[in-house]
Amino acid sequence: MPFIPHTGDDVAAMLATIGVPDIDTLFDEIPRDLRVDGIPGVPEALSEMEIARLMHERAAQDAGMLSFLGAGAYAHHVPAVVWEIATRGEFYSAYTPYQAEASQGTLQTIYEYQSMMTALTGLDVSNASLYDGASALAEAALMAVRANRSVDSTRVLLAAGVNPRYRQVAQAIAGHQGLTFERLPLDAAHGVTDLDGLDEGGEPPVAVVVQQPSFFGTLEPMDALTDWAHRRGALVIAVVNPTSLAILKPPGAWGQKGADIACGEGQPLGIPLSSGGPYFGFMTCRQALVRQMPGRIVGRTTDVDGTPGYTLTLQAREQHIRRSKATSNICTNQGLMVTAATIYLSLVGAEGLARVASTSVARTRELAAMLTAVPGVRRRFDGPHFHEITLELDRPVAPVLSGLARAGILGGLDLSRTFPELGNALLVCATETKTEGDLRRYAEALAEAMRT
Amino acid sequence: MTGDATGQQGIRVREPLIFEKSRPGRRATAQAPAAAAEHALPAAFLRDDTPVLPEVSELQVVRHFTRLSQQNFSIDTHFYPLGSCTMKYNPRACNTLAMLPGFLDRHPLAPAEFGQGFLACMYELQEMLKAVTGMKAVSLTPMAGAQGEFAGVAMIRAYHAARGEAHRNEIIVPDAAHGTNPATATMCGCVVKELPTRDDGDVDLDALRRAVGPNTAGIMLTNPSTLGVFERHIREVAATVHDAGGLLYYDGANLNAILGKVLPGDMGFDVIHMNLHKTFSTPHGGGGPGSGAVGVGQRLAPFLPVPVVGREERDGKPFYRWLTEEDLPQTIGPLSAFMGNAGVLLRAYVYMRMLGREGMRRVAEFATLNANYLAKRLAEEGFTLAFPERRASHEFIVTLKREAKTVGLTAMDLAKALLDRGFHAPTTYFPLLVPECLLIEPTETETRETLDRFVDAMVAIAREAESDIERVKAAPRSTPVRRLDDVQAARRLDLAWRAPPAG
Amino acid sequence: MSELPGDLLYTSEHEWLRKEEDGSITVGITEYAQAQLGDLVYIELPEVGAEVDEGGEMAVVESVKAASDVYAPVSGTVVEVNTALVDDPEKVNSDPYGEGWMVRLEPSGEGTGEAMDPDAYQELLDELES
Repeated sequence: MPFIPHTGDDVAAMLATIGVPDIDTLFDEIPRDLRVDGIPGVPEALSEMEIARLMHERAAQDAGMLSFLGAGAYAHHVPAVVWEIATRGEFYSAYTPYQAEASQGTLQTIYEYQSMMTALTGLDVSNASLYDGASALAEAALMAVRANRSVDSTRVLLAAGVNPRYRQVAQAIAGHQGLTFERLPLDAAHGVTDLDGLDEGGEPPVAVVVQQPSFFGTLEPMDALTDWAHRRGALVIAVVNPTSLAILKPPGAWGQKGADIACGEGQPLGIPLSSGGPYFGFMTCRQALVRQMPGRIVGRTTDVDGTPGYTLTLQAREQHIRRSKATSNICTNQGLMVTAATIYLSLVGAEGLARVASTSVARTRELAAMLTAVPGVRRRFDGPHFHEITLELDRPVAPVLSGLARAGILGGLDLSRTFPELGNALLVCATETKTEGDLRRYAEALAEAMRT
Repeated sequence: MTGDATGQQGIRVREPLIFEKSRPGRRATAQAPAAAAEHALPAAFLRDDTPVLPEVSELQVVRHFTRLSQQNFSIDTHFYPLGSCTMKYNPRACNTLAMLPGFLDRHPLAPAEFGQGFLACMYELQEMLKAVTGMKAVSLTPMAGAQGEFAGVAMIRAYHAARGEAHRNEIIVPDAAHGTNPATATMCGCVVKELPTRDDGDVDLDALRRAVGPNTAGIMLTNPSTLGVFERHIREVAATVHDAGGLLYYDGANLNAILGKVLPGDMGFDVIHMNLHKTFSTPHGGGGPGSGAVGVGQRLAPFLPVPVVGREERDGKPFYRWLTEEDLPQTIGPLSAFMGNAGVLLRAYVYMRMLGREGMRRVAEFATLNANYLAKRLAEEGFTLAFPERRASHEFIVTLKREAKTVGLTAMDLAKALLDRGFHAPTTYFPLLVPECLLIEPTETETRETLDRFVDAMVAIAREAESDIERVKAAPRSTPVRRLDDVQAARRLDLAWRAPPAG
Repeated sequence: MSELPGDLLYTSEHEWLRKEEDGSITVGITEYAQAQLGDLVYIELPEVGAEVDEGGEMAVVESVKAASDVYAPVSGTVVEVNTALVDDPEKVNSDPYGEGWMVRLEPSGEGTGEAMDPDAYQELLDELES
């Protein structure tokens, strides 16, 4: 019996104590005709040796491609320490730290994480994580509606460079409470928000969402956008890449007053790509908004002896106390991912993170130079890019990507279906993990794929 | 102290914040590019300060977080009978096999051709979850139980809207329900109608008949309930709600209790979420990640959250691919940037394959055996069960109402005193309608000896409370910190470390 | 339980109200309510000038373990709030009938809604105790 420790003697003695003849009797409150005998849809058990063989085969099946995909999930070096320590049983198999005295390890780690995220984003307070970047944006929009009492509206405006999938998720989650999400106009030459196209009239938006770097890899004029949004009475929600904040201006310093809420995908901080999850969403905000923040928050306090310690705080916002009036229904978050990210940020520090960021920017610039040397390939947008760049091909993207795949290369994300207005657009990404040889290999394969 | 004590005392150290170990210029040099390449970005986009992150060595990081980990109770170190949370052993193979490089390095947007190994696991997981719930279709994408609940209620709303009944916006929730139930209903734009529970733990059917009506969207039920008993009139509940035009939502928090014994689909439920981090033993991770896969009957299948894994034939071989909005035009939408907590799902897959068909049923049987044994032993020792006439499911409630009145021993006191005896506390003060309650869930992976030692500890604390209540109220003593001042934490918020001013 | 102040009226939601000489009504929560909630850590007060409806939510009080709405005992306009509570919510615990007052309303109609006299409220408390 895998993982069940009972001996025959145990079972007999326990049944005798309970006073029933067999285990089946313990289920006698379930109507007899509802009970089933067996689950034929589940296969016979495998031993650890057998399942290991199967999983090794399946993992090997998916391995071996050289990937230049980004678009919200980024390949960075993950130090060995991160998962060696994060999967220690004391972190891995602990529950949510409701019993603070029995959970100081997790609680202090979250406090350190909150400190790091506020430092990176330049804002005052952080929660202990949400599910992922997309759902974090949905929660941020709902939070903005609660917090912005000066505007009686549920209209949220999104810069055109916000990840289109984030917009879909925000709509799917926050749309139920009447929020609407509208896209701001794109400056088609530069791949950033068209400042001249921003309207000054109409129903005032409750929040404006801007993303830095944008989905296209470009850098938005955040000072101007933030000030425009504040002028219109909106709260500013920043969607940011945490790696980029080692070198880019933090949301708290945008414009005259800074962004009000920052959120985003925490995956670049030591979390493996792993087919899309588990990752974690982060969220920070100005102090004044803390009571509208969703999710768990850890605070520092003292115990009866005056010893400093950590505990969950402001819990009256949460579902287990506030029930139907809670700030969100979130309960379980992405705790272990936060532990990993805290270890990652401790290892790389500000200097290491800046090196990761700068090297990724440089690699992408080098890649773009090599790829645009191939006939029929050009940059789609002028201006500075972070570690992704949008290219435009002189032919449909899909067959080219297929050709690259035959050469063992995942050449990026085809944007032509999501953004038909951009033409045959291809989003490519290179991080510090890519060598010059990798870039050359891509360029040569692209030249080959574009010849046929 | 009992034999389960941990030796925590011997290594009890106060671990400073990682920031307090920081020294300017120190680095874990191996972990970032040797030299920063020139990024050449315009100054207008750059930050003019350096974010305050620790500057420490690799060994300092390892030692710091290892020491912090040692300040946690966990399943791997302690009996953890936290009711409603199913803290069973998390098999190590699940972690090792989900972290094979081929799985970890796969980009979520890689085409399906380069993910057939992963997708095959996901498809088979969907099929197995259909089998254990009696549902017709499954989506794995919700990232936690609460998001699964959201998906479920959103599907119920979409179903009514598609039938021209968008006005149905009332969700009925028993008063004993998890807080996520009413919070979810609100997130879905619904109104909550609370349903009272009878003294025997079952739903009040008369109240239910009064609660349903033309605006009923559905009911959210946990069965066995959060009171640790099976809802015996589930058929009448289902008929009443269905007759009123509503649908039934199954909160899978307690699925462990009935796995392989009874299928939620057979009970009449239209939609279910499963907490894979409970029933299917993926790790709790100190608060997540979880996974809240949802299963639905035929009526709700068109509304499933995307993506879902589909299987087709290509060149005579199975080929797996994502089904998206194009395949499911009535979907409630995507709920995550990609496909949810893939790595958690792989762990659940390995767990289910290792248990196999027979193992499913054994989960419920031995979880129920352990719970009823523990309940009986505690009752024999004088503790009061909240529902002594009922069978325990995989968990049960002890109420300290009497002890609180006679000697002042509260559920909180007992919980903290258990920590000193090497046991994590049961869930306290939930469900709210039982005074001074402890919700105890031993799970199937614990030995009889552990359960007996837990009884000994409970008895010892109760005795100590009779002779010296102040001593019990001073617990815990052996943990890294003692009872914390929650009021101070909330009144004087200190949520992030700040560098002390220079000078 | 200590004696109830005789010059106040009470609601079944454990709030008290006092008719002031200028016709306005001061509202707070009772000793029983503060004891049930425990140490308060935060109080959300309405804005001065806000219109409230009888039985509608007017303020929120939070302790570490609970959060509770404070309902308007009568319809009217908020004319003053006890801003001292923002920094010192514990005043509600230490002096619920005095320094812990919360809101002063200008009632839009006559009367004091469903409010009861001290004897009737004492009876309610006695029932809850039993």
